[in-house]
Formats: sequence, C-alpha cells, structure tokens
Amino acid sequence: MAQEYRLILKYADEPGYTPDLDCYLRHGGYEALKKALAIQPRTLTDGKTLSGPEQIRDDVKLSGLRGRGGAGFSCGLKWSFVDRRSGKPIYLICNADESEPGTFKDRQILYKDPHQMIEGMIISCYANDVKLAYIYIRGEFPEGARILNRALNEARAKNFLGKNILGSGYNLEIHVHRGAGAYICGEETGLIESLEGKRAYPRIKPPYFPAVLGLYQCPTIVNNVETLCNVKHIVAMGGAEFAKLGTPNNTGTRIVSISGHVKKPGYYEVEVGKATIGQLINDFAGGLWDGRKLKAIIPGGSSAKVFKAGEKFKLKKKGPDGKDIEQEVEMLDLPYDFDSLMAAGSMSGSGAIIVMDDSTDIVEALANISEFYAHESCGQCTPCREGSLWMSKALHRLTHGEGRKQDADYLVKIADNIPGGRTICAFGEACSWPVQSFIAKFKDEFVAKGEADEKRRTAAQVQGAGLTPELKIAASPQPS
Amino acid sequence: MSSPAITETKPSPPTTELMKVKVDGKEIAVPKTTPDPITGKPVATTMIQACALAKVDVPHYCYHPKLPVAGNCRMCLVEFGTPALGPDRKPVTNPDGTVKISKSPRPAIACATPISPGMEIYTNTPGVKQMREGVLEFLLINHPLDCPICDQAGECKLQEYSVDYGQATSRFVEPKVHKPKHVDLGPRIVLDDERCILCTRCIRFTRDIAGDDALGIVNRGSYNTLSAYPGKAFDNNYTLNTVDICPVGALTSKDFRFKMRVWFLKETKSVCTSCATGCNIVIGSREEKVYRYEPRENDAVNACWMCDYGRLNYKWIGSENRLTEVRIGKSTSTWTAALKEISEKLGKAAPGSVAIVASARQTNEELFLLSKLAQKFNALTDSVPRMKEGDKLLLSADRNPNSNGAKLTGISPAQMGANLPKIADRIRSGSIKTLIVFGEDVTKHGIGTDLLGKLETLIVSDILPNPTTELAHYLLPGCAHAEKRGSFTNGKGRVQRFMKAVEPKGEARPEWEFLHELVYQVTGQNGFASIEGLFNQMAREVPAFNGLTWAGLGDTGASVPI
Ligand SMILES: Cc1cc2nc3c(=O)[nH]c(=O)nc-3n(C[C@H](O)[C@H](O)[C@H](O)COP(=O)(O)O)c2cc1C
Ligand code: SF4
Ligand code: SF4
Ligand code: SF4
Ligand code: FES
Repeated sequence: MAQEYRLILKYADEPGYTPDLDCYLRHGGYEALKKALAIQPRTLTDGKTLSGPEQIRDDVKLSGLRGRGGAGFSCGLKWSFVDRRSGKPIYLICNADESEPGTFKDRQILYKDPHQMIEGMIISCYANDVKLAYIYIRGEFPEGARILNRALNEARAKNFLGKNILGSGYNLEIHVHRGAGAYICGEETGLIESLEGKRAYPRIKPPYFPAVLGLYQCPTIVNNVETLCNVKHIVAMGGAEFAKLGTPNNTGTRIVSISGHVKKPGYYEVEVGKATIGQLINDFAGGLWDGRKLKAIIPGGSSAKVFKAGEKFKLKKKGPDGKDIEQEVEMLDLPYDFDSLMAAGSMSGSGAIIVMDDSTDIVEALANISEFYAHESCGQCTPCREGSLWMSKALHRLTHGEGRKQDADYLVKIADNIPGGRTICAFGEACSWPVQSFIAKFKDEFVAKGEADEKRRTAAQVQGAGLTPELKIAASPQPS
Repeated sequence: MSSPAITETKPSPPTTELMKVKVDGKEIAVPKTTPDPITGKPVATTMIQACALAKVDVPHYCYHPKLPVAGNCRMCLVEFGTPALGPDRKPVTNPDGTVKISKSPRPAIACATPISPGMEIYTNTPGVKQMREGVLEFLLINHPLDCPICDQAGECKLQEYSVDYGQATSRFVEPKVHKPKHVDLGPRIVLDDERCILCTRCIRFTRDIAGDDALGIVNRGSYNTLSAYPGKAFDNNYTLNTVDICPVGALTSKDFRFKMRVWFLKETKSVCTSCATGCNIVIGSREEKVYRYEPRENDAVNACWMCDYGRLNYKWIGSENRLTEVRIGKSTSTWTAALKEISEKLGKAAPGSVAIVASARQTNEELFLLSKLAQKFNALTDSVPRMKEGDKLLLSADRNPNSNGAKLTGISPAQMGANLPKIADRIRSGSIKTLIVFGEDVTKHGIGTDLLGKLETLIVSDILPNPTTELAHYLLPGCAHAEKRGSFTNGKGRVQRFMKAVEPKGEARPEWEFLHELVYQVTGQNGFASIEGLFNQMAREVPAFNGLTWAGLGDTGASVPI
C-alpha cells in the first residue's frame, strides 16, 4: 500500500504544532536560511567563481523542482529567465491566491506552518537578489493574511527578515497583499496587475514576460506557496538529495487535494509519481461511498480535462534497454505525476483530484463548472469573454429542460474556438477544456438529455400545454 | 498619469537595420525597430507592421498604430514559423538547400508579436480564416445589430469584417447580454454599451494620450461594461477622438449623432483654425453645409488627434448672421463698384496716412497681399494676438492659426499687437486717415468707435458682423477657410494648405481674390490670379518661404524656420 510522504506537511498536523515562530524554531526552523546565507563563493576549475546565490539557483535546477501552481514549469528554468542585467530591482511574488476549484493545499501551509513558506521565500529571494517581495494572498483568506503578518513580524523581530539579515549584509522586506477576490488574480500576470492596484487583466506575452517586464515593469518571479516551501527543503537536504524523492523529472513531493464522492476527502502528501490515481482515491481517500461506482475524475483542478472511469491510455515508457515502449495503462493506474497525466491528455494542474461517482449527472457537473468560468472570466479578450458565458448559457438551458439534441456538437464548436493560443491567458484553456473533454467522453449523456427535452416539449405541445418546440430559454445566469 | 505625448514619427534614420521576413510567401525587408507610439523610442517591429509594409491587410479591432498595444480582440491572430534550429543552435536546411521553417503550433497576435529574422507569417491559411470567423462570431453574439439606426454604419469595422468573415445566420439561440443603451458619458459623448466590443481603444487614448484616467471597465466576463469613473463626467478637451477611434458605433458624438449618414458626406482636406497648432482635419460637408470636422493624420503636427474645442468650432461658418453683401456706407453695392472706389481713395492716400489691422486668422497669401498694400503706403500694420491657456497635448496658448504667417509676411511686429496703440494714437492725432481692417473687431483692441469715427476711410472685410463692420465705409464680405483655398503657418513653422469644402455665402469672395485685384489697381503690380501662382510668388518674395511650392506642400505641409 502506498504511503504518504510528508516533507512539507511534516509537522503541520502534529498535535500541539502551532504557527508561531517559537514552535517553528523548536522544529529546526530557519536553519536552512542560516545554511543558505553561509554558503561561500566557490571557484570552479575554469576559474569562474559562483556566488552563494548562484549556487542555490544551480541547486534548485539540479533538484528538478517543478512549479506547484498549475503549469508544472521547472522552477530552476523560470529563475534562469530572470533578466539580471536590466539594472532594475528584481521582485519575487508568492502566489497564495489558491482559487482553483478542488484545491485546498496552500491554505494548509499558510494557516498551519507560515514560517516554512516565509523561510522558503526568504531563501528564494536571497538566491535571486530580491530586496522586496510580496505575498499575494487570496482575498477570501482574511485569517491567513493575519497569520502571515504575525509571522512576518516575528521573523522581523528575530532578524530573519529586514536589514542585514542575521549579519549577512542581505536586506529583504516582504509585504502581504490581500487579493481582489477573483479567480483570475491567481494568473501570474493578472496577479501582477492587481498588485499594482489595477484590474486583474492578464498581460499579453510577449512582451510582458514577468521574468523581464513584471511588477512595475521590472523582472519578477512568481511562485506558488508550495513551490517556495520546497526551496527550503532543497537547501536543507541539497538538490541532488531532493531529486531522489519522487520519480525522474517529477521530483519531490506533492500535496494532493482529493474531493468529491470519497469517504475521506482531504489532502495527502505523496512523492510525485509514487502513487497512482487509484491508490490516491482508494488507499488515501478511503475509496468511494459504499455502493457507488466511479464515473469520472478531474485530475488537476476543475480546469483539467476529465478522465472517464475505465478509460485506457497508451503511454510511452523507457524500457530497460533505454528504448521507448508503448504501454496501455488504465486510468486508475496512472502514476500521479506531471508527465503521465500530460501524456494521458490532461494535467496534474494544481494537484487536485475531483471524484465523481455514478450518481453524478455529468451534464449538471459540467454546467456547474462552466458557470464558474463564465463568472470568473476577466472579460478582456474576445474568445474567452464571449465563449465562456455562451457555453454556460447553453449548459444552463440543457439543465433546465430546454436542451436540443444538437447541443453537444454546438457546445464543442464554441469550445473549439477558445483555446490553443487564441486567448491572452490560460483561462481560455481552463474554460474550454472541461467542455471539450466532458462532451468527448460523455457525449451520449448530453445527446440523450437534449433528445429527452425535445420529446417532452413536443408532447407538451401536442397536449396544448403552452411550451412550444421553439425554445423559450430558461433564464440564464446573471452577473452577481 | 503618464505624460501625454504626440510623438513626431521622424523618418526612420537610414541606419535602421533591416530584417528579412516573409509574409504569405512574399519576402520583404522591414526595419528591425519602429518608434513606439508613446515614447518614440525604437521598439521591435511587430508582425502587423511588417504585414502593412508588405501591403497585406490583417484585420484588427483593438490595435491602433498610435496607441499602446492591448492585444485583446484577437482578430489579428496569424500563424507563423521561424527557421528551425538544430541541436547546435544553427538553422537547419531542407534537402533543396532552403532554410527549414518550423511552424509554431500556436498562433500569435500580429499586433503584439515582434518579428525575428527569417520569420514567415501566414495570414491566409484555413486556420487563420477559422480563427477570424470564430472571433467575429463571438463579437456578434451579444451585439445588438442595430446598424439601421447606428451612426457608425458605413464606417464600422464590425460591418466590414462581417462581410469577409461572418456567417449569414447566427447559431446563437441563447438570450443576449443586455447593457446600458444610452449612457451620457460626458458633455459631448453618448455611449451605447451594447455596441461596445471592449477593445479599450478609448480607454488607452484617454489614459495614455490625453492623460486622463476617466474611462475604465466594470463588471466581469461577458458583462464587462465600459464606464466613466463613477460619478464623474468624461470631460477633457480630447474626448471626441474616442468617437473617431471606436471601431464600432458605441461612442457617438452628441454634436453629430443622427445628423447625417456618413456616406453622404463630401470629405475635404483642411486645417483647424482654432489655434496655432493647425491640426489637420477633414471637413465633412453636404450640400454646402459643414457637418463635422475629423482629424486627419499628420505626424508632424497632430498625429491623428484634435481637440474638442477646435473640432466643434465650425458652426459659425453656417451662421445666419454671415455678411453676404458688399456695402458702401449703409447701402448695398457691388464688388466692381466698391473695389473701384476703394482703389481711387487709396490711390490718393499719402504715405503714412494708411494703417492696416489684419488678422492672424487670415491665410499666408492674404497677408502677403496686404503687405504689398502696406509697402505702397509705408503703412503701420499689425494684427491681434489671441493668447489663452494652452495644454500639453495639442491646444496652443496662441489661438490664432497663422500668427507666424502674420509675422513672416511682415504684417505683425515680433510682438504681435505692439503697433495697435500706435495706430490708435495716430488716428487720434489725425495722421492716420485711412484704416483697413481684415477679420478683426478693432473696437475690442484699443481702437474704439470714437476713433473709427474720426477716420476719413474705413475699409473692412469680415465674415460676421461686429461694431467695426457696422462703421465701415466699405464692407467686403469674406470667406471662412472652408470656403476657399489657402495656407497657414502654424506655431512651429509648418506651412499647411487647405482646400475648399463649400461655396461662399451670398456675395462673399475669397479675400485673396479681391485683394489681388486691389493690389493690382493700387500698386500696378500684377500677381497671379490663382492660389497656386500666388503662393509660389509669395514663396519667391518672402525669404522665410523661399523654396516652397504650393504643390510641394502636399497634404501634410512643409516646415520653415521661424
Ligand atoms: C486562470 C489561472 C488561475 C491561476 N490561479 C493560480 C493560483 O490560484 N495559485 C497559483 O499558485 N497559481 C495559479 N495559476 C498559475 C500561475 O499563473 C503561475 O503559473 C504560478 O503561480 C507559478 O508558480 P509555480 O511556477 O510555482 O507553479 C493560475 C493560472 C491561471 C491561468
Ligand atoms: S483568457 Fe479569459 S481570463 Fe484570460 S485574459 Fe482573456 S478573457 Fe481574461
Ligand atoms: S467604446 Fe468603442 S473604443 Fe471604447 S472599448 Fe468600446 S468598442 Fe472600443
Ligand atoms: S489643438 Fe488647436 S488646431 Fe488642433 S483641433 Fe484644437 S484648436 Fe484646432
Ligand atoms: S488587433 Fe491584435 S489582438 Fe486586437
């Protein structure tokens, strides 16, 4: 049976563990920071000297750490893109906007072990020569903001933060900024705009790559809460050692949020790729409710493409001779890691598994998801702005007795015009992938619903009861 | 607030490096950099600029060459490829020796994506066509489609592209989003939010060019709504430019809306006369009536903007009060009779007994002809300064359109208006007996009705009546600039010509025409009887204008040192 591996949540849920500094220090807190600050410049064989921060950056690259915010992009690589020659300050922002439906992992860290994240952040800032950093915390986490501010004050009082940190000569200030209450504030360039005091309209890339033109048009690093915590552990144990956790190219641990029709919904920290989706659902989350059968899962937060129970995927694997061999894998046997889920046509996204059993009306489920995206689209670019609401309205119709049998195709046609670089930010994918994948995998249910509605309307008309085959169209979602 | 700016896009310095790219298979060398519309600094040339140089049209809504790029409408999506690089980072070649192109799996917005060497841009693939159709369909689903009553009809980008990429029938069966239809944004603008396609052109113009953070978007997603800052009116001196750049009929001018279908308007190239900037304009007229001014692009002067004050200052042209008769004393006369009498009177005038107050609203040519008369009599001359508060963008503190013309032709002293008290004194002392006044009410400028009453001869030409015209012994009805041709020299020394849009009212004649006759009769000098000839003669005789020709002014003028 697969086991949890608690690296980041090692202490968080221990009885008596509190979010204050004393408790953190009793558990070895800020030792990694001391270690980081003490790293001496190292001269290479070719005569080049590597500063302490450069060595940390190299170690993060070596660790193979991939971002935990959604895209799974290499953290070391992201840091290497930072324009260090612009003469402008470099900013670091911790993305604590955690809003992807199904995801509830960052808040465990923020509420229970804030100093761990702050330590990871200070080290990351030191490694990148950042003098001013921000924590952008979801607006709906007022308590989280208070906890963070308290923790930052404690860290300041002990000189883990502020001027001349621990006598190293390094200065850093961190501010907490409360989010503006929209999902799009979690998209890194929308977040930057919001932090600048504007509407969280994501920026066009090019030219506004955060690593070059980020906050206040200065080079900026945006990392997720969990990602930054990992940096602390990379420094503590060394990048090479960290890379031994998890599986190749999918290193470290991951906190997986599991929700839906399972007996023990919750978060579970596992080595990346060391547990399959089936193990996560059955061994950790206690399996489905009694008497229920699995229907579908969404493997990486609500924007990830849905998997159907029993679905099989052809995955390429390296055989013993180093050659690729193709292997058929059942959905539940997919290792829960970045690459396998991508190869299976979805993604591990924010590390959130949403489980749906056979009691689920799949059309209702999609309508629910779509309504969320229609409500959260920032409305800046045409395909997402118009497409997200259009799909939601069509699904609203379909779940309010006014479906048509062609609605499945109708929806896919709308969805197909949104993703793939047609929009400014990845929200375009986030709102269209669910529609594309739900309908691709459960088309019969959508068609059946439409047909049933048509039949009912015709019958009602024959009986002279008001409704005509012409769509009356139920009231559609309105802005709130 | 960012500093408002009109950057003069100087012709790219010859050192600008070129870069070869292909647009739809056609190779073209384009400058690596292009001046940023706001800062003027060189920035990487974008795909849409390269396509424009290749004469390939890329449909777009939010992109505007004079505004910062927003990249939100997604109409300009194109496909592209770049030279494939091998593991050694060197370009890979095809078997036939050509450079291998690796096609990008994702499209790019042409308005924001910089070009790179060897890039191939594809604007006419099935994929691109499909993306454009998709965007257009999205824009139309919630659009009210009230073209029959929309002022933008005829110059609407939504209409234009619908012809190219639209579907004949809509598959949208859901209810449309409804938004405010008649929003009073400010004193000069009405907004129809349902027509707005949220391209943010108006917001960017207002924020980045006019320096006013008045406009923004409220709500989210498909409910996004353009709005002025809550409780505040959209009221700066440049608001009407947003009507010009709005690609649809969302922003309408209170002055122009519902007055005239745009396709009926005759368009005439002209210049605004309300200040020394001399914004280039197009006069929209129909059946001898002026309906609107719109800015005309001239990077040396006004980019593509103009101020609201200048734009709306046209109604006097069609005023009921226009002077339409030649008068001798209080009785109606004819041009022949009046000019004959004036010539005879002037023929007898002694040197020093004549003064001329011309207007810096007159054209270079007219002022030049007046300077000929002045020379003949050694007349004291001047014009009337019109200084008010200017702004940092276009509006000049000098509200005369041709102060420099008045100075360069010698009509006005360096300090305009300095001679007016002298003229008054000499009328008072009786040494000046004849006063010629063009286009000014001198009673407001120190030469009161009592002084005018002392004159033996008062010759006045003007457009509208005033106390000076009332006292004229000879009254010659003149023309608005829209009724004649001519040129002005703006505050920075730009000599700009303008064309005739409508016929003069009644008996009114272009001043240069009758001045030409008068100069001939009084001085015996025969000039040119056409505006081209007259201008060219002036260019030869007035040192500052040496080298200029009427034809050479073209549509955007030529600069002279001032
Ligand atoms: C619509 C949208 C919402 C997002 N929301 C979040 C979020 O709430 N938290 C987060 O960490 N990343 C979020 N992201 C991902 C961020 O843009 C960014 O990739 C991430 O913060 C980078 O951190 P990482 O590299 O450490 O993963 C979102 C992305 C999109 C497109
Ligand atoms: S894709 Fe959607 S959320 Fe992203 S910028 Fe465009 S409209 Fe906004
Ligand atoms: S009012 Fe016009 S210019 Fe302004 S955002 Fe809407 S469509 Fe664009
Ligand atoms: S700035 Fe001057 S020239 Fe330009 S439109 Fe206004 S008044 Fe006319
Ligand atoms: S013109 Fe390029 S996105 Fe609008």
